[in-house]
Amino acid sequence: MHQIELRNIALEYASTENHVTALQDVSFSVEASEFLCVVGQSGCGKTTMLNIVAGFLKPTKGEILIGGKAVTGKGLDRGVVFQDFAQLFPWRTAQRNVEFGLEMKGISKEERAEIALRFLKLVNLEKFARSYPHELSGGMQQRVAIARALAYNPAVLLMDEPFAALDALTREEMQRFLVDVWRETKKTVIYVTHNVAEAVYLADRIIVFSPHPGTVKAQVKIALPRPRDTLSVEFLNYQKEVVYHIVERK
Amino acid sequence: MNRSRTRAALGALCSVGLACLIWEGFARSGLFAPALAPSLTLIVSALGRMVLSGAMLWHALYTLYRVLFGFVLASAVGVFIGILMGRFRRVERFFVPLVSVLMPIPSLAWVPVFILWFGLGNAATIALVFYAATFPAIFNTWTGVRSVNRLWIRSAEAMGADERALFQKVVLPGSLPFVIAGLRQAFARAWIAVVGGEMIAATNWGLGWVIFDSKEFLNTDVMMASLAVIGIIGFTFERLIFQTIEQRTVSRWGMVKTVRG
Repeated sequence: MHQIELRNIALEYASTENHVTALQDVSFSVEASEFLCVVGQSGCGKTTMLNIVAGFLKPTKGEILIGGKAVTGKGLDRGVVFQDFAQLFPWRTAQRNVEFGLEMKGISKEERAEIALRFLKLVNLEKFARSYPHELSGGMQQRVAIARALAYNPAVLLMDEPFAALDALTREEMQRFLVDVWRETKKTVIYVTHNVAEAVYLADRIIVFSPHPGTVKAQVKIALPRPRDTLSVEFLNYQKEVVYHIVERK
Repeated sequence: MNRSRTRAALGALCSVGLACLIWEGFARSGLFAPALAPSLTLIVSALGRMVLSGAMLWHALYTLYRVLFGFVLASAVGVFIGILMGRFRRVERFFVPLVSVLMPIPSLAWVPVFILWFGLGNAATIALVFYAATFPAIFNTWTGVRSVNRLWIRSAEAMGADERALFQKVVLPGSLPFVIAGLRQAFARAWIAVVGGEMIAATNWGLGWVIFDSKEFLNTDVMMASLAVIGIIGFTFERLIFQTIEQRTVSRWGMVKTVRG
């Protein structure tokens, strides 16, 4: 059984001018504890797909199975991390941000604090538990967001370009760090990005989306041991292959 | 921080001192008869006399009672309606035209109407304060709710927040910068309304009433002393209460910049 399965997902909507097909016949599956990256040009529908899996949008056609069960709408079985640092609640400290999902689950105060501190430790921010988001750097804020999405123990982590707004050095550090967190927590990850090198560095498998209408165009399995050497010939060949799929015309 | 605070206090002292000097010059210039433009010493002694006799305290307490009664009521109603407007389309459609038409009417224009309805005394003034303060509270809260970051809502929903949790833990704190701004503006308007209302609708007590009543006996020193008290109380609320609330909440959270000076 697949951990996540998308079956013939389509999303159409009517804009003022014309009828738009944002996604058409999108089908793929993700195995438990697999790290899947979705790449494609902007406007190819990859973020829309992620929003459907997260339950923020309803597909016009098709269904989504998580752990074998069809899901509609949002659920605590999925954690979401966005690109924008502003996703954290500015009126809550780092710790209280991480506690939010646990509060919704009705977990007691003491237990919440203990779990939150454990996850802040996982992202190396235990010293900043009492800091407010605006007192943290961009990279630190995204780490809090990751801790927050993991704390209530969802099986699936959905990430929408979480490091795109960071500077290059911090981004590399965060990618290494994310691989460590993923190996430790064994979550199933769908990670949307337009950065091919990032996808090859992170993913077990890459799905390439093509636009108009957004659909799955190719899949590339990355058979490289971790930690990956971003300058090795094999790594660069994978990058070339993925880029080739992105730019190739029908 | 401390140094800039000292500097701000020094600056305030300078500007107040300069204003006093200008007043004193004006009073002694002979432009008006001394009875109409009392010198600072006369004003201060009138103030001292009224404070010592306890009269000033009672006038101020009456005014504070009226303004706070009306303001608290207006805040509760205004924030409540503002939130409903921000959350429900239908409520919004109902209230927007109403608020838009009523807000620009100066509250003092209602005084004769309120006197006819409520008679002279507390009720008319409180109604006036309520009227003046409600609309800024509604308007700013409504704007605040609409400006709540969508990502906060999405994140909260993804973490299993239901409508109630979403409202209490996201929409309310998320719109707080606007709500505080609204209450601040509401208080400023309420304070203007209460003094104006007392001049016409109050009997025997209240800072506005003292000023108006002093006109009959040419007690300009009492008028000026009461004006000073009105200014000081208004300033105290603005600085001590609203600024403190702001510093401990939205400024602390980095949602608005700290105001200095």
